[in-house]
Amino acid sequence: MTRYGMVVDITRCNGCYNCFIACRDEHCGNDFPPYSLSQPESGHYWMRLVEKERGRFPKVKVAYTAIPCMHCDEPRCVEFAEASVPPGEPAPIYRRPDGIVMIDPERSVGREDLVGSCPYRVIFWNEELSLPQKCTLCAHLLDQGWKEPRCVEACPTRALRFGDLDDPESEVAQLVASGKTEPLRPEYQMHDKVTYISLPKRFVAGTVVLGDNDACGEGAQVTLKAVDEDAAGTGVADAGAVTCAADNYGDFEFEDLPPGAAYTVTVSVSGYEDHKVVVRTHQDVYLGEIVLQPSAAAVTPARPDGGGA
Amino acid sequence: MAEKICTNIGHGGGPVLVHVENDKIIRVRPLVFADDEVVPSWTIEAHGRAFTPLRKDTVAPYGMTEKARTYAPDRIPYPMKRVDWDPSGAPGSTGPGGRNNQNRGRSGYERIGWDEALDIVGVEMRRVRETYGPEAVAYMSSSHHNAGSIGTHRSTLNRFFKMIGATDYFDNPDSWEGWLWGATHTWGFFWRMGPPEQFDLLEDVMNNTELIVFWASDPDTNRGAYSGQDSAEWRVWLKQLGIKMIFIDPHLNFTAGPMSDKWIAPRPGTDAALAEAIAYVWLTEGTYDKEYVASRTVGFEEFRDQVLGKTDGVKRTPAWAAEKCDIPERVIWALAREWASKKTTLSCGMRGVFGGACREAYGHEWARLMVLLIAMQGLGKPGINMWGATMGAPSNFEFRFPGFENGGMQQVGDTIHVNKTTQRVYRTHFPDSIMDPPVSWLGEGFNSKSLEQQFIPYTYPEPGKSEIKLFYRHGGSFIGTMPQGSKWLQAYQMPKIEMLVNQDCWFCSETKHADIILPACTNFERDDIGEFGNCGWMSPDTYSGNIRRVIVYMKKCIEPIHESKPDYWIYSQLAARLGMEHDYTEGRSEEEWIRRYYDWSDLHKVVSWEEFKEKGYYLVPIPERTSTPALRWFAEERECDTPDFGNPKRGTDKAKELGTYTGLIEFRSKSLEVLSDDHTERPLVPRYIPSWEGHETTELYDRYPLQLITPHPRFSFHTMYDHTRVIWDIPAHRMLIDGYYYLTCRINPIDAAARGIKQGDVVRLWNDRHPGVLCGAHVTERVRPGTLHAFESSAKYDPLVPGDPLSIDRAGCVNLLATDRQISKGIAGVAPNSTLVEVVTWEG
Repeated sequence: MTRYGMVVDITRCNGCYNCFIACRDEHCGNDFPPYSLSQPESGHYWMRLVEKERGRFPKVKVAYTAIPCMHCDEPRCVEFAEASVPPGEPAPIYRRPDGIVMIDPERSVGREDLVGSCPYRVIFWNEELSLPQKCTLCAHLLDQGWKEPRCVEACPTRALRFGDLDDPESEVAQLVASGKTEPLRPEYQMHDKVTYISLPKRFVAGTVVLGDNDACGEGAQVTLKAVDEDAAGTGVADAGAVTCAADNYGDFEFEDLPPGAAYTVTVSVSGYEDHKVVVRTHQDVYLGEIVLQPSAAAVTPARPDGGGA
Repeated sequence: MAEKICTNIGHGGGPVLVHVENDKIIRVRPLVFADDEVVPSWTIEAHGRAFTPLRKDTVAPYGMTEKARTYAPDRIPYPMKRVDWDPSGAPGSTGPGGRNNQNRGRSGYERIGWDEALDIVGVEMRRVRETYGPEAVAYMSSSHHNAGSIGTHRSTLNRFFKMIGATDYFDNPDSWEGWLWGATHTWGFFWRMGPPEQFDLLEDVMNNTELIVFWASDPDTNRGAYSGQDSAEWRVWLKQLGIKMIFIDPHLNFTAGPMSDKWIAPRPGTDAALAEAIAYVWLTEGTYDKEYVASRTVGFEEFRDQVLGKTDGVKRTPAWAAEKCDIPERVIWALAREWASKKTTLSCGMRGVFGGACREAYGHEWARLMVLLIAMQGLGKPGINMWGATMGAPSNFEFRFPGFENGGMQQVGDTIHVNKTTQRVYRTHFPDSIMDPPVSWLGEGFNSKSLEQQFIPYTYPEPGKSEIKLFYRHGGSFIGTMPQGSKWLQAYQMPKIEMLVNQDCWFCSETKHADIILPACTNFERDDIGEFGNCGWMSPDTYSGNIRRVIVYMKKCIEPIHESKPDYWIYSQLAARLGMEHDYTEGRSEEEWIRRYYDWSDLHKVVSWEEFKEKGYYLVPIPERTSTPALRWFAEERECDTPDFGNPKRGTDKAKELGTYTGLIEFRSKSLEVLSDDHTERPLVPRYIPSWEGHETTELYDRYPLQLITPHPRFSFHTMYDHTRVIWDIPAHRMLIDGYYYLTCRINPIDAAARGIKQGDVVRLWNDRHPGVLCGAHVTERVRPGTLHAFESSAKYDPLVPGDPLSIDRAGCVNLLATDRQISKGIAGVAPNSTLVEVVTWEG
């Protein structure tokens, strides 16, 4: 049985917005009954690209997340729509046999209540047509034999992959089988058929500077240890610590940490006082310059470059 | 009526398939190759892995908006005449029946028919030519317009005005100023206007490079200019191969955002100081390629002495640069050491070079220093090169098909018209030429013929020749692109411009200043032929930025929108009114010209006309050829073996030499010594020179403490494509605030907080040159404190007081704030990235 899905590889996305633009090109000004009616020229984001800026100057990263309808196998919108009509009557939102979740443009007229049924907020209200609308995975094209929706076709980096999740030979099925993919919001438990590789999590980063000579703290040992007493009791990483060494700029970074966790960061360089700080990953954390002072007993080392500071 | 699918190309966007039903475009999509397409893709092997590109063409984001753009509300619907411009009025006349030039930009328009419009233009053109001489008519194109070869501006416009004879113009190299005025005197390449060859560097870098230093370089935004997004996946491969990427840029640019391993953000205008300090580290630690410097360069000793402080007593230490660049001294030490310790490729912009640091005061010094730095590490050796990360893919360099800049009809006509008029105007000096003549300058704009060409003196007007009385503009971008664009408006309102014509597809920033507006159709509304990514002329082999060479029969998709007409038709009609129709057309229809182009190119040898038209595109196969990485020949002291056909020494007894006077990389420029008497602002040995408008101009900086940088836009192609809501809805391009799309201006949270500016506020940027441009504030950590970032090239110009050149603009023509001052003394470049401003929340 065909079960269409998409894998979004964030490591490949350059944030060009082609997916968003292709969607507007396909759906603005074009009616495709019974699949969909025209998307308004502005205000709808059937394929939304979210730019996430992480960290602060000068340690900043950017990640783009493409967000269409997730075409869930257990869609909240269909559940809501079915409950809204008498038993036996076709619902205004339905799941096709190939897994694509569709809003029926005839049965959903006037049904603004359907907009709120999706926790991902990917249903948009078309004021002019009095219609809730969303991504159709370009079902009107797939049914004509197209291999992929417009957004996927327009992607220049293969960040968007499309195919049959039930076909073990398909690229998307293999990516899902690899265990690298995850839903955007697993807590919704809707069995999304759009899943992601490398969703941005949180980083903890900093720059180690040797206080006596203003040199880069290259090779500094940095340890990140989860703090167990997080009041919320959520998002705490596994007990234990991870360690890395600062690079030639004195920069260090721990990537892919869960949000909302608490950690103790300890920076150590032989001959210098340790620096210890507690951080919380509500956002990405850039600790800025961590200036280590020589320990009382240590002799100040000569600056390796011989340059003045 | 059944759906039909036409092939076409967007200018810079990429090859597309256009689906049409009932004369209406349904969708525009990338050109996906037919399933039975036999031309194979190339594969690059690197570190035991094989990399093969997509089996389709990729399209730049704006190229995906062709449907929306075709039907955009600001298409010019029909010919128009300015209501208070009466061609029977005497020059300079005002009031009823007058020409009322003072009202340009203020007046309304009335609809007129094509015959009337063409008659008015034809009669005026005759009158002006007969009254004042041919020099009194001048023309100028925007840099970019419709795609194609025959019907595009370089063909239709140039042929017409070269035929009738008129004051011609020189374009300045506005995207790569420093490379033309500086780097050509360091490494030659004047035949490429400054940028170096890029052959086979993708494979070389993938196999040999450990570190890429992107310096003022944003390849994902600039994409080799015309090559769609074909190179986007190549950079993903570089990451997959673990090649480290460092970005030096005041803005964490769009390539850097997802890809950078380290961001170093110098204060704008100080990049040359950073470069000298890197050289200082290498010189003092002996970590440069001494053998290469000894055999492949000249003048090193003088440069060394300068950097070490022996020339002027100033040691170019990292501490010295740190204070200027506002980056930690230790970071400069670490960067210089890492660079020297790894096989490092330097990327200074989309074609190896370009980069915004070349468009600032003394930008030629940065460009020259970039060449010297990479030379100190062995430019041309495996993994060590100057490469934009957008070009240098395997390609076919032998197959002959002229690029769009080659001139179309002017390339393949029986008669190639040569302008018999010798008077010239320099584009960036146009306002001064009108308002305050005479104006003198050096050089012929792009100067691709020789190094000497940069020093040819010109004065406008020529002695005894008429000033410009009739100005014909093809395209309407300049208020949104030219530094200090307000001066263009002031010039347009001068009585001496008796007639101003504008011909374009869309209302752009200048259009509604013209006396007569002529609506052209787009390349989707007429037939043409063209090659994706092939610029041609002085930018040869740019198609190596493509996955493959694709030549497209650009099929007319729909009838021209409203009353618009092909540019070819418009100029043919004007030629007829001057009695020169046959000289212009040679009796050919557009279709016959296209066929002639096909016959002139190598296409006719490989595919029949009928088959080409039917299929709509031709993929040029890549022959078996030995890889010849750029400048490897020079590093290895061999004769030039790359297909750089424009290299005048190639195939001669000087084939081992670069295009410099000495044939070597010149730390001390021989050509500048010979050709120029004034070395104060372009010294023989390049160095950091403080900007005339920057952090060291303290009186000005106290009043305007923010440096405004205006890089090329990511979501439009200059002003092209900045016409639709789908582009405006991209928040990095414009911001919808209270129902209006303001240009996005990036500001660091520190600067925003100091001024009470919040995300999404409308802000006013201003300085002494201009009272204000309104933008939407995007508060972001991606721009260094003290710097503002907004894209140049707003297509819209929306003055609060129409007709007042110094009115506040709401649409985001940020170049109004820039100066048109020359990049340095005697050098006719511009420096829009040397602009100081202040910003405040707009309460208006």
